[in-house]
Amino acid sequence: MVGSLLLLAMGMLFGWIGALQYLVPGFLVKWLSFEKIRPLHVSSVVFWIILAAMGSVLIYVQEHTGRKLYSALLTRLQLSLFSLSIPAIFISYCMGIFGGREYWEFPPVLALPIIAGWILFLINFTRSFGTFKQQPVYIWMWLTGIIFFLFTFLESYLWVFPYFRNNIINDMTVQWKSYGSMVGAWNMLIYGSSIFLMQKISGHKNDSHSRMAFALYFTGLFNLMFNWGHHIYTLPTYHFIQYISYVVSMTELLILGRIIWQWKSSVSKAAIHFHHTAFRFLVAADIWIFLSLLLAVLMSVPAINVYTHGTHITVAHAMGTTIGINSFLLLAIAVDTLSNSCSKESINEKWITKGYWITNISLFIFWISLVIAGILKAKWQMSTEKIPFSTMMLQLRPFFIVFLFSGLTMIAGFFIILYPILKKQISCYLVYILGERNPAEEPIRGTISMD
Amino acid sequence: MASDKNKIMIAASLVAIFLCYTFYIYASLPVKNFTANEAVSKGKRVWQEKNCGACHQIYGLGGYLGPDLTNEYSLRSTDFIKVFLNYGTPAMPNFNLSEQDINHLLAFLKSIDASGKSDPKTFTIHYNGTIEQ
Repeated sequence: MVGSLLLLAMGMLFGWIGALQYLVPGFLVKWLSFEKIRPLHVSSVVFWIILAAMGSVLIYVQEHTGRKLYSALLTRLQLSLFSLSIPAIFISYCMGIFGGREYWEFPPVLALPIIAGWILFLINFTRSFGTFKQQPVYIWMWLTGIIFFLFTFLESYLWVFPYFRNNIINDMTVQWKSYGSMVGAWNMLIYGSSIFLMQKISGHKNDSHSRMAFALYFTGLFNLMFNWGHHIYTLPTYHFIQYISYVVSMTELLILGRIIWQWKSSVSKAAIHFHHTAFRFLVAADIWIFLSLLLAVLMSVPAINVYTHGTHITVAHAMGTTIGINSFLLLAIAVDTLSNSCSKESINEKWITKGYWITNISLFIFWISLVIAGILKAKWQMSTEKIPFSTMMLQLRPFFIVFLFSGLTMIAGFFIILYPILKKQISCYLVYILGERNPAEEPIRGTISMD
Repeated sequence: MASDKNKIMIAASLVAIFLCYTFYIYASLPVKNFTANEAVSKGKRVWQEKNCGACHQIYGLGGYLGPDLTNEYSLRSTDFIKVFLNYGTPAMPNFNLSEQDINHLLAFLKSIDASGKSDPKTFTIHYNGTIEQ
């Protein structure tokens, strides 16, 4: 968990340098120009998300079964593979060696240890939870997330075969098919762990076995499999991809409707558990789920997407989901998993509360500035006047300034949150290193087995 | 509480449809009549090696620092594009591309330009919310 938190910190710093390069063209252009900073930022954040999600599954599956993992050796091997490949990926970026794919990219050879590590994760997970009978929804979500991440990650490398890469339209169709579903796969891991945590806090064990829980899971799975086409509505590919994605995406309205329907009970539940630090992050994520889903549903309508596509509204959506949803949920899990860990030192909750509010307020300003910049870019894209790209970018400058400064306060907020969490985690490591406790002999904590 | 049998049946059906959809797309990719032009392939490799997509978009997908380059080839002259590739800009480093690399990149940009239009103004919006070019 500590490694993933450090990746989050690095990702934010790289992101901020990238934002500065929007305002100060040429800043660090000789050493860390934007084509290096962007993958450094994206990979740090994606690895934060997938490593923390993976860690949460490995911890919570033990709490669920009341048993240790199937193999500690597999876990160590898996983490070693990631620990070797992630620094190698970052070094390759700094040396100007890229995979050159849009969004999440690195040289294909460095994907091999990630694939191997993920296969070990799959083996360890499936052997750890044992029988599939009468399992709660989060076990289904974890298994789905692990399998689909592996599938989509492999799919994202089909471009190495000339058959897939020789034509740009074919290449982009398959690329965005894989990326669109990959995000859904890691969301399955995170949401599964969040449901487990929510159940632990509320004590309502039957919720994760309910028909509603499974109905929402299958809606999510349906979208993971078929709604990826909204990334490529404007690409001259098959029309049926647009139609399928459009119809499937509209099923997300059911989830949106449920959030609105349950708003009152969510608010009263929040009031009961708000003193609980981990729960507070779940509440923040709930609000960001609402905002991001609203934006996602709108962007999934092709007639609206044609305006928003290629604008900063897409960035706002990505930031809202990766920071507001994924990161807050994972921080809730980090707080929970560390609160009862080895060290007697308690996490300073005053710091976390301060950081929580600073981060949320800053993120909202950050998000709004991107949405407005996106609306202005959409207006420029649709304008019949031939205004140069550079002039349009100058018009967006005030919003980039707000974006930069709200980004800075957001990073400060995150660091205020991370400081007590990392301090506690490091003190745990010291306890183990000094030999005062042996991690292998640690009891499984907070077991909520359904057995 | 739903039975395991029902849940497995729903999941299996979804997976089966997903696999059919996936392999249909793999087997019949949208563009059939393509030839692997060597210059275009090399240009694409340069594009990836220099990570051009970090700043530039193709069909609205990519970075936001530079302009979308889908139809840049037909909108500008090749000399105009060459100036950028040879000297860079305050935000874009000079990648010290060889003349051959530049020609390959131009071939790649030409092939993208020929594949379609990315300008959202060129789309027809239908009342059912779909779009068409």
